[in-house]
Amino acid sequence: MVGFILRRIAIVIPTFFGISIVAFAFVRVLPGDPVLLLAGERGMDAARYQEALHRYGFDLPIWQQYLHYLGQLLQGDFGASINTKKPVLVDFFTLFPATLELSLCAIIFAVVLGVPAGVLAATRRGRLADHSLMSVALVGYSMPIFWWALILIIVVSGWAGLTPVSGRIGLTYFFKPVTGFMLIDSLISGQKGAFASALNHLILPTIVLGTIPLAVIARQTRSAMLEVLGEDYVRTARAKGLSVWRVVGIHALRNALIPVITTIGLQVGVLLAGAILTETIFSWPGIGKWMVDSIFRRDYPVVQGGLLLIATMVVFVNLAVDLIYGLINPRIRHVR
Amino acid sequence: MAELPVEKADRRVPAEPRGAMARPGRLTEFWRYYRENRGAVIGLWFLGIVVVLAILADLVAPHSPIEQYRDALLRPPVWENGGTWDFVLGTDAIGRDMLSRIIHGARYSLFIGAVVVTLALIGGVTLGLIAGFMRGWVDTVIMRLMDIILAFPSLLLALVLVAILGPGLFNAMIAIAVVLQPHYVRLTRAAVLSERTKDYVIAARVSGAGMLRLMFITILPNCMAPLIVQASLSFSNAILEAAALGFLGMGAQPPTPEWGTMLADARELILRAWWVVTWPGLAILLTVIAINLIGDGLRDALDPKLKRS
Repeated sequence: MVGFILRRIAIVIPTFFGISIVAFAFVRVLPGDPVLLLAGERGMDAARYQEALHRYGFDLPIWQQYLHYLGQLLQGDFGASINTKKPVLVDFFTLFPATLELSLCAIIFAVVLGVPAGVLAATRRGRLADHSLMSVALVGYSMPIFWWALILIIVVSGWAGLTPVSGRIGLTYFFKPVTGFMLIDSLISGQKGAFASALNHLILPTIVLGTIPLAVIARQTRSAMLEVLGEDYVRTARAKGLSVWRVVGIHALRNALIPVITTIGLQVGVLLAGAILTETIFSWPGIGKWMVDSIFRRDYPVVQGGLLLIATMVVFVNLAVDLIYGLINPRIRHVR
Repeated sequence: MAELPVEKADRRVPAEPRGAMARPGRLTEFWRYYRENRGAVIGLWFLGIVVVLAILADLVAPHSPIEQYRDALLRPPVWENGGTWDFVLGTDAIGRDMLSRIIHGARYSLFIGAVVVTLALIGGVTLGLIAGFMRGWVDTVIMRLMDIILAFPSLLLALVLVAILGPGLFNAMIAIAVVLQPHYVRLTRAAVLSERTKDYVIAARVSGAGMLRLMFITILPNCMAPLIVQASLSFSNAILEAAALGFLGMGAQPPTPEWGTMLADARELILRAWWVVTWPGLAILLTVIAINLIGDGLRDALDPKLKRS
């Protein structure tokens, strides 16, 4: 097991260097003078230019510049936003809980609906329930989620007037963030109606962000269940006279979930990509919207730092999924 | 005249059975399996109609996609109060006919899908073949590079690439092709690794086939099935990503009637004119569903594991 873990970690290390090179190169391949891009000022006087040149290390040979950059990263210096003047890392950790809260809700939404839907479709294979569930999954899987968000806003917020259109909580509520999770903070604050408001704001973004993972998980659960339901041990369990619930729910589902867990883990990248669109549409103050805004504002230090942090996070999650997969499925450990 | 059928039959006899014997109707066999999947056939029909509409857009569309009818701003669809047959699906905020823009938009989406898949396929297959064949450090370098691309959420990487290259349809296509490429590299490499030790490859090698011949003529045709399926899936992904980029203002630029760009224009109108928002998205959704149905059908028809023979 230790060997397996070390091997997996060894594969990931070059990826981290690669990510840092991409982030490093990003500012340098942009059209324009990288010093001016990073400092965010036009028409700097010569002395300030020299100072900035030196601060960012652009007066060094390229490989030293990279080492300089790596050194800064290791000291936790990801640059500072031109817009807010705050360090990129600080902004990231202020905004990240919003994305995490939304993503967690989306993935819970997807799993809670997707796994039962997949199981139901598999046990009713070829019948009406299977066909309708898989048709819905196909639609979800093909959904342009930015359009889906607009349609939900038209119908749910516009025509039915049920949910707010943007933000995380009503403007009348104000409290200091403790955890950064609006649902928890609003409960802690004890203000009447704050929790309901936060929950109400979460509904549409959760559905929008969770739609594609939901469809993917439902399809994956169905095919994993179909495979498992044909296995000998399931037949044995049936032959023993166990109830359908026990056979499907315990004997089959537990084994079918192994590939499904991998699928769920691999949705992290999909969620982050989806968060870019979802957060932009719902004005959700998370890292997806932060990145898009920064790209449009030409706040390149933020884009550079954000790229690095987001990619690092994706790699870590994928590594974790890999290791968990090895943990729950011993067969994989010995295969290279 | 009575001779004609005989003559025809005579000519056909040697041609058809021989062809069937040499290659037992690979396409026919494929079609037989494909046809069993009703959804896949429907998807193919739908896509066919979209392709025809795209080709004949100039003839079919009732108006020009960029002509602005100043006296018909935000006209609702024909069945709504105030709608007219002039503009069946209504008009947008500056009086352009929605139906014509949707029909013309099909051109862009199909073109984007085709170009992106071609670019990603050529690049990905080449890199995958090289990685699978050379092994060693070349393999490691290529695969680690692909890992790096995969570490970035696709839309984010595409956005950043477009920020570097400058917004526009062409740059968006390049960005999306780069983002989709790693899947082809991985698939091709995996297929090459499983094929390269098989007898027919060794036989070809022993009879003196060169590296390029081994790669492209001996092995590649035997790795096609998963690549074709992947191509159909990334065709729909390409359309979705390009629309998302257009929606964020980084893809095709107005007044191009690209479906995603049309949605970006429509955002401020969502609570005032539902039709301006609904049609472009519906067009994307239906096209993508059709392509995904085709992809599922292709997988069922090409995957030997599922073949009942």
